[in-house]
Amino acid sequence: MSAATPWTVSTVRAALDSKKISARELVKEFYARIEKRNPELNIFLALSPERAYAQADKIDAAIAAGDALPPLAGVPLAVKDVISTRGIPTTCGSRILEGYKPAYDATVVTRLEHNGAIVLGKTNCDEFAMGSSNENSAYGPVRNPVATDRVPGGSSGGAAAAIAADLAVISLGTDTGGSIRQPGSFCGVPALNPSYGRVSRYGLIAYASSLDRIGPFAHNIRDAAAVMSAMAGKDPMDSTSASVPAPNYDHALRGSLEGLRIGIPEDYFGEGIDREVRQKVEAGIHLLEKLGCKRVSIRMPHTDYAIATYYIIATAEASSNLARYDGVRYGPRVSGSTLIEMYQKTRGHGFGPEVKQRIILGTYVLSAGYYDAYYLKGQKVRALIAKDFRSAFEQVDAIITPTSPVPPFKLGERTSNPLQMYLADIYTVTGSLAGVPGISVPCGKTKEGLPVGLQIYGAAYAEDRVLQIAHAFEQAGGAEL
Amino acid sequence: MKISREDVLKVATLANLELTDAEVEKYRGQLDDILNYIDKLNELDTSNVEPMTQVFAASPEDSALREDVVVRSEVITEVLAGAPDPAPMYFRVPRVIEK
Repeated sequence: MSAATPWTVSTVRAALDSKKISARELVKEFYARIEKRNPELNIFLALSPERAYAQADKIDAAIAAGDALPPLAGVPLAVKDVISTRGIPTTCGSRILEGYKPAYDATVVTRLEHNGAIVLGKTNCDEFAMGSSNENSAYGPVRNPVATDRVPGGSSGGAAAAIAADLAVISLGTDTGGSIRQPGSFCGVPALNPSYGRVSRYGLIAYASSLDRIGPFAHNIRDAAAVMSAMAGKDPMDSTSASVPAPNYDHALRGSLEGLRIGIPEDYFGEGIDREVRQKVEAGIHLLEKLGCKRVSIRMPHTDYAIATYYIIATAEASSNLARYDGVRYGPRVSGSTLIEMYQKTRGHGFGPEVKQRIILGTYVLSAGYYDAYYLKGQKVRALIAKDFRSAFEQVDAIITPTSPVPPFKLGERTSNPLQMYLADIYTVTGSLAGVPGISVPCGKTKEGLPVGLQIYGAAYAEDRVLQIAHAFEQAGGAEL
Repeated sequence: MKISREDVLKVATLANLELTDAEVEKYRGQLDDILNYIDKLNELDTSNVEPMTQVFAASPEDSALREDVVVRSEVITEVLAGAPDPAPMYFRVPRVIEK
């Protein structure tokens, strides 16, 4: 199969069923591609050929025996390096976890393998998922396969780029403030951030626990839906996973959009948005109208406060979650004459600049005398932002926004000013704070050929609605606008 | 300028983070910028707003803890193999209690 027509879940299945290729041969083909492209793109931090071939052989044996195959049989999967994989290095893009091999698998990995997927390896990301460009990885940035002088977005840059470069059929990312959706937009691939609680986080190495979620990247919406069907739903190992029953997401793709109300927050299209991005997303909205959606103007009055709120809550939680990296149980240690000195040196040496910055901010906002002024204030404003969404969903079925106000930027272009980098997360951070599902779907390209993403938000647990709209948009040629 | 060098050093101590002098100055400036930006939240009167302490109200099933059943995990060897200074069955650390 040529690079122009990537393997998808359904073409893999058809090829296996008709014995055009074996699962083993398919894995071999993907590793050959990775070997060729990875030195330039830096997408994979670790490969797991032993495990991949063992799983492929199991699939091939099932085919030979004429057994029924699971839905993701033989589908090559790439996993972001913040998700635990037993025996496979899992570094979170950080020096402080160099060489760490988890003793267990994350539930998402167990469930996808149980459904027949084949783990090829682990993908690069911003250190501990903190960043919007993948330039905060201790192992070097990923390059955007669409334009290699550009960033792939972040923090799940490697997982998004793996799909764009056709080095995996599906991949898993994580999203805390936009880390699935924004790289999906930058690399031109569909990228779903499910509702908070929808997908188990057992085995996800925590950044900000009230925000972190796991979701899929894929070549098309149908494949993203297949990944969701395989991994969504309550997990007894994660007390924050919701028992709200997960539907069959493939069935959710059916049906017309006729009469659906889409909310457009008009002030999202004002200051700070790139002209070409705005034009493309407006064309995307027109396409949805042509498909039968009814456009409704809405207001999200607390949007302006989302970035400040996010950086209080996310960094506070991070400062607590990252306290465990102390040179005792995993990763390298820098010796000190006392226990405290050993902690300080190990952490000072092991964490990169952005992580240290966020730990300092998070520790500050939680420290005595500042808790009410920052953390408590942040939680109150978060409640207002969540209310903006609840009020909007009383009037509309979905909210449409750009995913990112800008197309992918050049490597090194924005690294000097962290606040500037944070402000570009505005459209994704709001939904993260509210806990609602959001997807980025390809929505044309700029004149320079850079991908633009359109974001669709749904109400809590309404991934089925979000996927249905995204699927209709994709089928109507949204990516070619 | 809200944040002093001492503020950064105090927070670094709380976070068990060794910083170089250059880092202290860099983070002082960045922290100052970000806290100034965060001050915009004070434009909002939140005196009558309940803080959002959890994302969604948990259903009764979700708030129930699962049963506490002992399961053998048998990962001690694997876990200790990744430790920087293992002393099976333990993790070894610098002495904390004086002789």
